[in-house]
Amino acid sequence: MTLDRRRFLALSAAAGLAAGASATTVGYAQDTTRTNAKIVIIGAGAAGTALSNRLVDRLEGAQITIVDPRKDHWYQPGFSLIAAGLKPAGYAVSRTSDWLPRGVKLVSEAVVAVDPETKRVTTDAGTQLDYDVLVLAPGLVLDNDAIEGFSLDVVGRNGVGALYAGPQYAAKTWEAAARFSETGGVGLFTRPATEMKCAGAPLKHTFLIDDIAERAGTTKRKIVYASPSDNLFSVLIVSEKVRMLFQHRGVEPAYRHVLKAIDVEKKVATFTTPDGDLQRDYDYIHVIQPQRAPSFVPESGLAWPDRWIGQGWAEVDPHTLRHRRYADIFAVGDVAGVPKGKTAASVKWQVPVVEDHLVAHLAGREGTARYDGYTSCPLITRVGRAMLVEFDYQNNLVPSFPGIIAPLEELWVSWLMKEVALKATYNAMLRGRA
Amino acid sequence: MKELTPSTLVAVFEEIFGRGLFWAMVVTAAVVTLAYFYVLIRDRRVSWQKFLFAQLSMPVGAVGAVFFVMWATHSEFADIGGPIDVIVLLAVAVAGAIGMAILVYTLESFLVRRKPLP
Ligand SMILES: Cc1cc2nc3c(=O)[nH]c(=O)nc-3n(C[C@H](O)[C@H](O)[C@H](O)COP(=O)(O)OP(=O)(O)OC[C@H]3O[C@@H](n4cnc5c(N)ncnc54)[C@H](O)[C@@H]3O)c2cc1C
Repeated sequence: MTLDRRRFLALSAAAGLAAGASATTVGYAQDTTRTNAKIVIIGAGAAGTALSNRLVDRLEGAQITIVDPRKDHWYQPGFSLIAAGLKPAGYAVSRTSDWLPRGVKLVSEAVVAVDPETKRVTTDAGTQLDYDVLVLAPGLVLDNDAIEGFSLDVVGRNGVGALYAGPQYAAKTWEAAARFSETGGVGLFTRPATEMKCAGAPLKHTFLIDDIAERAGTTKRKIVYASPSDNLFSVLIVSEKVRMLFQHRGVEPAYRHVLKAIDVEKKVATFTTPDGDLQRDYDYIHVIQPQRAPSFVPESGLAWPDRWIGQGWAEVDPHTLRHRRYADIFAVGDVAGVPKGKTAASVKWQVPVVEDHLVAHLAGREGTARYDGYTSCPLITRVGRAMLVEFDYQNNLVPSFPGIIAPLEELWVSWLMKEVALKATYNAMLRGRA
Repeated sequence: MKELTPSTLVAVFEEIFGRGLFWAMVVTAAVVTLAYFYVLIRDRRVSWQKFLFAQLSMPVGAVGAVFFVMWATHSEFADIGGPIDVIVLLAVAVAGAIGMAILVYTLESFLVRRKPLP
């Protein structure tokens, strides 16, 4: 057989088509459930969006409504990179509506109350939505008023950073941190005493600004990491590793220090410590606000009455994420009252569990999927290196790539994961594909 | 990571480069590879002269790929921290080298007029 160009092209095109056809048939393996249930999802962040994308593939005929007042979607793991000058503010911003599947109705209002007895949600605009199944996914709120003297207006000036507050504030944080990295002095890096999302982020910011100052040749600097507890991370093996790295880098830990107030003009911070209030001067301070569930959660009687008092996290079973008193309510993402799990990586593991139990509930079955507290955070230790830290409810390390990517080692691949793969994986998760 | 299936990987790569660019790159790579096989079959032999030149281009491809990745990810050689880092770096270099060699060989075959066989 002679092979001319045209014939070769025709053959290869046919091969390509065949490959493409077989690729499109995978991914539709799970069967759909018919239902006319009304499902209301509160919050179109990481968890709400990912769940809605998966539910439309699993349910036929359901009326899915997602409620979220914010037009912008925030890729929050990007804030750490923005606050170190590695990405622009726009890196973390997309549009909420761009991620939502067809067939899901978006109501751009804020939920102010849930009545779990009459099964009705009320928004700030007075809209009332009845539900058969309710999913709480409103993330958490930052309590700006909890630290005396702090407000969002001061972020970026007089050496105040607060990268959690949003992409613009992360960029302003970099303005203040960049100045510190050039002039040096005392840098105070804090974290709140409440539960918080991504407990690695305060450490990342400390490591990154220290590294950037070091590269800039700013040797006259004292960096203090103030921890409210007597360790640096709740998983002790990680805490020990961080302690060693801090020692090596000359970062000074200050234990049992809870930030109470800042004097922005005088540049003085006040900490509550076991020995009473303690004042420290600073040239740069990084503030992370105390964090709580949105107020409608405790006000609607959905919070734990006896745990995390004053923080309002939803009272759910730690393994199914189903409300312990209302079988038709689930909580997923940061709002869930579980001991770990306030990261986007946890959301990736939680969403399929809620999906399983929710769909089973509508089909009159019991779900079987189980969440064991998987939480992860690429802990950046300098520009170009990170440690992949993954753990579960029992503080076990649960490495995704055992024997290949060592969990407590500072590696370049782990940095690549944060810098290149994390946002992509996050976006794929939002679309329900990862 | 929860599950690393081929479709997750495709989804992740689509997000890294954007859907259009990713598939454009896949198609380009496929076209170049197909073109390479085409010239191999058309000529019914490997031209060792072209192959030599293609081989000479391999280090350029390797170094180019490594520097591109370093530049695109705010990294430097001092960041290499463990065995897996070395392996990934070598893989990038090998991929760059092979890609470059295939590209050069194919271009040569199309651009350089065939010398009549003796
Ligand atoms: C600085 C920083 C760094 C981080 N780094 C990482 C990391 O490296 N890796 C990682 O895995 N995770 C990281 N995270 C954590 C991750 O971003 C969150 O855990 C994740 O976004 C939680 O998803 P969620 O859907 O619960 O909340 P969110 O994504 O915050 O979404 C909540 C949504 O609910 C909406 N909402 C709020 N109140 C209401 C209401 N009353 N009515 C209706 N809608 C409402 C909000 O507008 C928002 O859109 C980081 C977070 C921060 C802040």
